Amino acid sequence: MKKTIMGNHAVSYGVRASEAKVISAYPITPQTHVVELLSEMCANGEIDAKFIKVESEHSAMAACVGASAAGSRAFTATSSQGLLLMTEMLHWAVGSRLPIVLANINRAIGPPWSIWTDQNDSLSMRDVGWVQIYCESNQETQDTIPQAFKIAEQLQLPVMLVLDAFFLSHTYEIVDILEAEEVRDFLPPYKPEIKLDVNEPHSFGNLASPDYYMELRYMIEEAMGEARELIKKTGKEFGERFGREYGLVHPYRCDDAETILVCSGTVASTVRAVIDQMREEGIKIGSLKMRVFRPFPFEEVREILGSAKKVAVLDRNISFGGHGIFFQEVKSALYGFTDIPVVGYILGLGGRDVTPEVLREVADKAINDKNPETYINWIGVKK
Amino acid sequence: MFNYLKFIRTRNFPHIWCPGCGDGIILKALIRAIDGLDISRDEAVMVSGIGCSSRTPGYVDINTLHTTHGRALPFATGVKHASPDLNVIVVTGDGDATAIGGNHYIHAARRNINLTVLLYNNYIYGMTGGQCSPTTPRGDRASTAPYGNIEPPFNTAGLAISAGASFVARADVYNVKRCEKMIRQALEKDGFSLVEILTPCPTAYGRRNRMANPVKLMEWLRDNTVPVQKWEKLSPEEREGKVRVGVLADTEKPEFTAEYRKLIERVQGE
Ligand SMILES: Cc1ncc(C[n+]2csc(CCOP(=O)(O)OP(=O)(O)O)c2C)c(N)n1
Ligand code: SF4
Repeated sequence: MKKTIMGNHAVSYGVRASEAKVISAYPITPQTHVVELLSEMCANGEIDAKFIKVESEHSAMAACVGASAAGSRAFTATSSQGLLLMTEMLHWAVGSRLPIVLANINRAIGPPWSIWTDQNDSLSMRDVGWVQIYCESNQETQDTIPQAFKIAEQLQLPVMLVLDAFFLSHTYEIVDILEAEEVRDFLPPYKPEIKLDVNEPHSFGNLASPDYYMELRYMIEEAMGEARELIKKTGKEFGERFGREYGLVHPYRCDDAETILVCSGTVASTVRAVIDQMREEGIKIGSLKMRVFRPFPFEEVREILGSAKKVAVLDRNISFGGHGIFFQEVKSALYGFTDIPVVGYILGLGGRDVTPEVLREVADKAINDKNPETYINWIGVKK
Repeated sequence: MFNYLKFIRTRNFPHIWCPGCGDGIILKALIRAIDGLDISRDEAVMVSGIGCSSRTPGYVDINTLHTTHGRALPFATGVKHASPDLNVIVVTGDGDATAIGGNHYIHAARRNINLTVLLYNNYIYGMTGGQCSPTTPRGDRASTAPYGNIEPPFNTAGLAISAGASFVARADVYNVKRCEKMIRQALEKDGFSLVEILTPCPTAYGRRNRMANPVKLMEWLRDNTVPVQKWEKLSPEEREGKVRVGVLADTEKPEFTAEYRKLIERVQGE
């Protein structure tokens, strides 16, 4: 069945289709609709899940950790300050190897207060050990949730979906709604190998001496390594069943492109429109959307960007004193494989609109600047 | 007429509050109380967390600190500890103070640090659109309790009393004179002083609870608040569904920054 729904509700419908058993969350703009609809669905029986109202995001993730350790499929959603407050528990979910799924609505961090989008909240969690998937449309958002649970449960690693505030969270699009019955074969009920069980007791979160700690960290990294293939395989299987497949990355008109714009989130749709326009003018340009950020898709990035003459990375984030974060990552992925110039552009922070005109400016700059003065360029800063 | 403008940052107007919101009434009562006590603007600091209520300092022309959700009290503790001579006023909501910041709330009261805390209780998370808060009454509806809330609420004022606050009062925006008086007493008191102020939120609370019309919420306050003296004379049945207002606790207890100073003097010598 098709419905016109907002991005936040696409998350809720994805969770409903995945038959999560425990949902715990604390409200924060612009995430509130996700959990309001879920709490309604829990109450009216549309989903057979328990909804736990808590007193903060820290408690929300702690409740998910508990529920997941007890063997339930657990979900939460948050944004910005809420994600930051959750940090300790985000680490805990990874270390305990619990397959929780979280939707984070990208919102700028205060002060000064802002409720508008940028990626610094989720990207400040890049080293925590959560798989991170950046969504671009409402359909993709809904479809990614059951895939996220499937991936998480196989890897025993938590997965974070990331959505741009307002541009995705509050935008209405037509979505082919997934029903639990049709998803169940794809995503069977969660059956953990290890859980809190009175008949077969296990402990989560024990002390590890220097003799063991490193091995446990090694195993997390190993799981992240496996995630690349698993995300692709799971995406393919979902595609075969439902006719919609999303990869680790999404290259667009890259085959003969001399310049490639690397982007993520909703900006990618606008980028493609600009690429089409420039192609009509005979300019050889393409784009590479980064859908999965953790684990970083090294191979795909190297293969697709390797044939270009120039790469421009668009960052809706900033690592102060260390450039844009996608820029750093793309550059380090290319190290030793190619010596084409990679230039970074910081734009759209705190919800500043990234219009086709802005992107055209970036593309022209990227093509024409033969020797860019610096590898980090701020777009549209008022001086 | 009282001139509010000398305390108002008009450049931040128009304010964010909805028509019928009670928060502006508290703002004006607070300004009158500050003015009545001749507190100098440079010696007053207002600290708030996040929420509609916590927007108050944005409109007051004194030193202000708008902090993160739930953390106004630790920020204020830092300010007061660093400069005990400052008059530190904290503005917080029921969610801010008793949900995400609940831990700070009991510990600040326990320490009895000299802060004046105005807790705007509208029984709901207003700013985020009406989710249940720890003060939402049982059975009331919220966006996260579409079929009625099953959790018992906190007695916020009682919590502060048992945690150790030296002054605790409850007021409401209908009886605005009393509200101003309670704020003034709290400002004068040396020690952790809480005024819980019942204030209507027609948008996020009233709409879901058959009181969308702000007048209804005001009438509710008029008809259901009972001053302490009268409360004593009521039978348990008569107290059912009513809220006690007035000064609920006023005791002399050692104040934290003073105790700290004494300790330093004792250990380091005068
Ligand atoms: C860490 C964090 N979590 C959540 C939020 C979102 N948030 C902003 S205000 C608010 C609740 C406000 O309710 P209350 O404190 O009762 O104040 P009111 O708006 O009702 O005056 C919430 C949950 C936030 N800003 N930061
Ligand atoms: S939502 Fe409620 S508390 Fe917030 S401004 Fe509107 S009426 Fe006031």
